[in-house]
Amino acid sequence: MQITLNINGQDKKMDVEPRTLLAHAIRDAGLTGTHIGCDSSSCGVCTVLLDGNIPVKSCTMFAVSAEGHPITTVEGLAGSNLHPIQQAFHDQHGLQCGYCTPGMMLSSVALLERNPNPSEDEIRFALSGNLCRCTGYQNIVKAVQQAAQAMNQPAGAAADD
Amino acid sequence: MAIESPNLEPKGIQGLGKAIKRKEDSRFIVGKGNYLDDINLPGMMHMALVHSPYAHAKINGIDSSEALKVPGVKAVITSKELAGAGLAWVPTLAGDKQMVLADGKVLYQWQEVAAVFADTRQAAADGAAAVQVDYEPLQAVVDPYKATDADAPVLREDIKDKMEGAHGPRRHNNHIWTWDVGSKDETDQALASSEIRVKQHMVYPRSHPAPLEPCGCIGDMSKATGRLTVYMTSQAPHAIRTVLSLVTGIPENNIRVISPDIGGGFGNKVPVYPGYVCAIVGSIVLGVPVKWVETRTENLTTTGFARDFHMDIEIGATKEGKVTAMKVYTLADHGAFDAAADPSKYPAGLFSICTGSYDFPKAYAEVDAVYTNKAPGGVAYRCSFRVTEASYLIERSMDVLAHELKMDPAELRIKNFIQPAQFPYPSALGWTYDSGDYEKTLKVALDKLGYEELRKEQAEKRAKGELMGIGISTFTEIVGAGPSKDFDILGLKMFDGAEIRVHPSGSAIVRAGTRHQGQGHETTWAQIVSEELGLDVDKIIVEEGDTDTAPYGLGTYASRSTPVAGGAMALGARRIREKAKKIAAHLLEVGEADVEWADKKFSVKGVPGKSVTMSQVAFAAYTNLPQGMEPGLETTYYYDPPNLTFPNGAYVCVVDVDKGTGEVKVRRFVAIDDCGTIINPMIVEGQVHGGLTEGFAMAFMQEIAFDAEGNNLSSNFTDYLLPTSLETPKWETGHTVTPSPHHPIGAKGVGESPTVGSPAAFVNAVVDALAHLGVRHLDMPVTREKVWKVLRGAGIDAF
Ligand code: FES
Ligand code: FES
Repeated sequence: MQITLNINGQDKKMDVEPRTLLAHAIRDAGLTGTHIGCDSSSCGVCTVLLDGNIPVKSCTMFAVSAEGHPITTVEGLAGSNLHPIQQAFHDQHGLQCGYCTPGMMLSSVALLERNPNPSEDEIRFALSGNLCRCTGYQNIVKAVQQAAQAMNQPAGAAADD
Repeated sequence: MAIESPNLEPKGIQGLGKAIKRKEDSRFIVGKGNYLDDINLPGMMHMALVHSPYAHAKINGIDSSEALKVPGVKAVITSKELAGAGLAWVPTLAGDKQMVLADGKVLYQWQEVAAVFADTRQAAADGAAAVQVDYEPLQAVVDPYKATDADAPVLREDIKDKMEGAHGPRRHNNHIWTWDVGSKDETDQALASSEIRVKQHMVYPRSHPAPLEPCGCIGDMSKATGRLTVYMTSQAPHAIRTVLSLVTGIPENNIRVISPDIGGGFGNKVPVYPGYVCAIVGSIVLGVPVKWVETRTENLTTTGFARDFHMDIEIGATKEGKVTAMKVYTLADHGAFDAAADPSKYPAGLFSICTGSYDFPKAYAEVDAVYTNKAPGGVAYRCSFRVTEASYLIERSMDVLAHELKMDPAELRIKNFIQPAQFPYPSALGWTYDSGDYEKTLKVALDKLGYEELRKEQAEKRAKGELMGIGISTFTEIVGAGPSKDFDILGLKMFDGAEIRVHPSGSAIVRAGTRHQGQGHETTWAQIVSEELGLDVDKIIVEEGDTDTAPYGLGTYASRSTPVAGGAMALGARRIREKAKKIAAHLLEVGEADVEWADKKFSVKGVPGKSVTMSQVAFAAYTNLPQGMEPGLETTYYYDPPNLTFPNGAYVCVVDVDKGTGEVKVRRFVAIDDCGTIINPMIVEGQVHGGLTEGFAMAFMQEIAFDAEGNNLSSNFTDYLLPTSLETPKWETGHTVTPSPHHPIGAKGVGESPTVGSPAAFVNAVVDALAHLGVRHLDMPVTREKVWKVLRGAGIDAF
């Protein structure tokens, strides 16, 4: 069936089966930064944002149900500069193999939208749907803290490197 | 407009010891990593596998007719078709052989039975669901201790009554090999005359590496060129090329293996799996590229498991706590095929490191391997070939001994450590340890923790009926396999290659036979070359994983990259520097003997200010050479290490146990590692964090379990539990630095130390918390339920 998904601000027409998962539809549209890591909605590497700030495991949703809901994937995070969360993951060594990283960053962004000053416990709770097998989470927590700080600075004050 | 690739490169000369940010991050943080499933080739078909629901069954027939009616399905193959290509069975890395698709019977639940090829992934899956298989269930062998009972069913009909195996005689149809090391008689004598003897049985349960990216492969046989390109999630692409050539008969020059970005490996991505073989055969038969990406369930149920060592240990000691001897018997459950990824001479891997950090005068270890109706494997899960099992065994046992002696476990360890002056230290089981200062490392850990204070707190709590424990693990690893005189896999010697090409403008490309999966080689190799050649790291690009371009090497696992490929990198760079020195002398118009390499440039001895940089030399290598010199500035270096390296560490864990629920909370965990010279402290710390988290997982939650019929009870992430950010403790890390005397830069490797060393620290801490209740040992995973049962059994009030 024909559907149109709005991904990162662009309308994409696609032909999908009713059972096609959103994760597959996004990847088939060439946006392979959204990964797949399990069959049980457990790992979170497929996380995207729906309607701007709702983190969703895209393997848990049919592509058809996402029609009319703008989707943000990792490819849509950066503007002309990196998003502070991207810079922070790099600065704090918040990634190793990188497979969990897109989902992890999107869950972090959703948290920071809801809660600009999260405590460590709140960060750990918000990311508990995203598994990481490499980092042990500690540097990911630090990255979210760095991003929170950067995002709380008045506009224009953030260093641009 | 979104940015495609940010420039985040660290700049300038950045040598050893610099915590520079990683060069490889740029692509990953913008979603532009290139993992296997991100690759799509024109005309590509998809493959799905049919799996057995039974652990042991005879196959009376396979009917593909319904599957072939599914729209989009193009072909179905079974063992019969593979037999036509001579690929029904393939050799394993351990000298055994393995069915690619079930041949007459299935030997474990989820075993691959047929492969379905279709235009789309969905059609392939639908096709697989439509294949009808007629099974006749047989009695399954699940308990390894029952595998060699006289009346146990024969699992491997293919080798029935062949009593000579790849590693010596077999004494039962389900027995694979027996391996032993050390002197049994001398050890028995030493034990007999020991004042104190303790015995303990312990199980290192079956586990799975479970990287977040599952395994996958694209076979792409070009009819036009006769060349086979294989994209594969492989930690060892070069070895895979050779193996593929041997099993398919395709000349090695016509095979190209590309291992793209890998989303974690941890040993899972070393072996060759049936899915790979089927996708390649599919491409050869169908003439189009064929992709196979496993599901998580396929990953957990069929690809290389780890551990499954059932160990009995006896230790002798004096009354004062000086160890006299150690004797170990281990039963290794290998599943249906011996597909362990071990060096040929070592069917039980490097398990003989089980004397650990202690000066055991006598030791003897024996390992028996058996077949059961479980998935094959025995991969080194974030571990250098059974070192994890060995370290857990000795570190857990030292606490058992301390318990028996009523001695502080730290004191017992200090009493028995190999002393710095004893290095190079010949161990009772035949290894020559390179270096270490175990007591210093432990003291750093105990000080950081505040050990004495915590022991006081523990005593006070115990008096109040509260449960708190402290666990220590002072492990020694053995990594960096290995010296070619002893180490090979399928005959391939375990050296590694590095190629360095310096371009005229002073930039360089560096290639290695290793394949990183998150370890940061794109940064650390550049740092070694930056250190040795004085080139800017941002002008050094590192490439791995393409067998057409990278020099040969056995790959990245068993913490061998830095010890082996890192050595090749340093020595290759030094070879380039020798030539560069000649060019520098020419540029400086002095004799070579007057030129020295200092401060990362060539200078004329005694003439300050008269110098040239490596960039200037590189330009001259292509534009202004001394008469008669071969142009260019590049080399390929193969490094055959003289010995293994012996990273070590002291880990201390503090736990609080809830006496009502049995819940264990890790309050503190201090990890002091000694991995020799550190290339990048940030990356080393990241490796330690990750490894500790996997050790934590092992200690408290991870287990591939089976029921009595051989059904896999841990076939997805809702049953096979990985720690999330919520339960993962905070890690406190630190270092001592005792360089390896034989390694070109003194590095030992670190990626696996935390997985190897930490499980015993966790379990020791829990047992310590419960010791006064008579608990001497608990097997992993130490679940809440297990602890709860202990508490209730001991009559402890919940409130
Ligand atoms: S792929 Fe694992 S949660 Fe979506
Ligand atoms: S960085 Fe590898 S899974 Fe998180």
